[in-house]
Amino acid sequence: MTDLTRLSLKDLRDGIARKDFTSLEATDAYVGAIEAANDKLNAYVAVTADQARAMAKASDERIAKGEGGALEGVPLGIKDLFATKGVHTQAASHILDGFKPEYESTVTANLWGDGAVMLGKLNMDEFAMGSSNETSYYGPVVNPWRGAGGNKDLVPGGSSGGSAAAVSAWLCAGATATDTGGSIRQPAAFTGTVGIKPTYGRCSRWGIVAFASSLDQAGPIARTVEDSAILLQSMAGFDPKDSTSAELAVPDFAAAVERGVKGLTIGVPKEYRMDGMPEEIETLWHQGLEWLKAEGATVKDISLPHTKYALPAYYIVAPAEASSNLARYDGVKYGLRVSGKDITDLYELTRAEGFGREVKRRVMIGTYVLSAGYYDAYYVRAQKVRTLIKKDFEDAFAGGVDAILTPATPSAAFGIADQDLHADPVKMYLNDIFTVTVNMAGLPGIAVPAGKDGQGLPLGLQLIGKPFDEETLFAAGRVIEKSAGQDFTPEKWW
Amino acid sequence: MSVDADTVRRIGHLARIRISDDEVAAYEGELNAILGFVEQLSEVDVSGVEPMTSVTPMVLRRRADGVTDGGYPEKVVANAPLSEDNFFMVPKVVE
Repeated sequence: MTDLTRLSLKDLRDGIARKDFTSLEATDAYVGAIEAANDKLNAYVAVTADQARAMAKASDERIAKGEGGALEGVPLGIKDLFATKGVHTQAASHILDGFKPEYESTVTANLWGDGAVMLGKLNMDEFAMGSSNETSYYGPVVNPWRGAGGNKDLVPGGSSGGSAAAVSAWLCAGATATDTGGSIRQPAAFTGTVGIKPTYGRCSRWGIVAFASSLDQAGPIARTVEDSAILLQSMAGFDPKDSTSAELAVPDFAAAVERGVKGLTIGVPKEYRMDGMPEEIETLWHQGLEWLKAEGATVKDISLPHTKYALPAYYIVAPAEASSNLARYDGVKYGLRVSGKDITDLYELTRAEGFGREVKRRVMIGTYVLSAGYYDAYYVRAQKVRTLIKKDFEDAFAGGVDAILTPATPSAAFGIADQDLHADPVKMYLNDIFTVTVNMAGLPGIAVPAGKDGQGLPLGLQLIGKPFDEETLFAAGRVIEKSAGQDFTPEKWW
Repeated sequence: MSVDADTVRRIGHLARIRISDDEVAAYEGELNAILGFVEQLSEVDVSGVEPMTSVTPMVLRRRADGVTDGGYPEKVVANAPLSEDNFFMVPKVVE
């Protein structure tokens, strides 16, 4: 019998619907794959095998009765940031020790409503703060990809490193992820998977552990552009419980995948040509433009003049919002509690022990930039710069551009415990240089695997779209995927 | 702008995170590296620019002022490290 874990999400879903095999068989195959791999890859922080089998059996019963939703019987991995009722939800942090929510996030509820099966919770950077999955309380995730002939462990990127690694290593048919500054697109690029951050407001944030509320968006990581469209279709939708949720109908994303790029204008921002960028990334970018041109798109040089200020503005806005959102972890309501001589002592000791170093650093930066006397100089200025960043994009779109093509990351996956990156926090932050502008402007962005570097490691290209025009990203992303025509399956060593 | 050791301790207290004496120097260095990085925003001309308050052009939705949820205190305190009679328990706050 074929290995059910090796099917695309679409083929798996269609096979279950046709009763070629059952959801229980697919679920068992995935649980087996996870059990065999997780010691080495550390992608899952909790495996819910019993619950998965119960959900799979229920799916099979619905299918037997001729019922079934758009994801009926499809086993998925869920980032540990999503509240899942009665199941491990800790944002990969020590401070949420033992937390099992009494409620379900809207995005996961949408998936279960469409018949999907939960395999477990996926590792991530603590509170989604990181670009390498090394800040997790549960330890780093190991990238299923290795450089040619090497056995050095590489990072899968972050913060959705567990999601990307699990999808890449065939440990789930698809995964949920979230993106505040690049946390879907950078790990997708590092693992040869497809990741889309939809427009701000497309997916409900209700029940997702908050990091930076004006930037956070949920999205899928999947093995193909089409799979990512199918998943986003289920995840998205208006939710009255999220005051920033967009009251818009969700288009048929899968129908847009094969639409092509004929007649589209693709913008190429000159500010994304960074000094010291590896030549292979520059070459890939150029190649991507040629592919789109060959399919009938027009390429146009554009300028996004405030690009270089997006990352510094982000490192004011995101920590400021985080310091406020993370104030709720106090040792009283849930999770870890370290006793103290009085209430302040309890707060300070609990938070000192419960938060990891990167989280503490960001909460402190946020506290500082919001403190009396510094608010205008830092926070208000950063929000003004953010207005300018958004205007750059608005001008480009008003000038006739339909989507923008850029590299997804400034490099391929790097090694775990890279000394250079750990000596200076800003160096790690530079990983998000091409992705963070998109969050600052609330736009949709997709990362699609497009090539490999000299080591044989995957490299991705990013497409940025107009607000609520994810369809064009799926169509153009599919052209990149098809034109690249490469196999992005890592060689199995685990 | 940069922070010194006393400021690190003050921020730690404002953030309710205990910073031990042997951690202060490291935080001082890291926070100053980040503040040095964001310093480049000062070269942007922001005169006449409105600070962003909403990334998508939307008016915050309102709803009728009515109770739509609740009535299950036992669920609210279910994850509390310490609770009694559906109350969160904390050290004595008022003498």
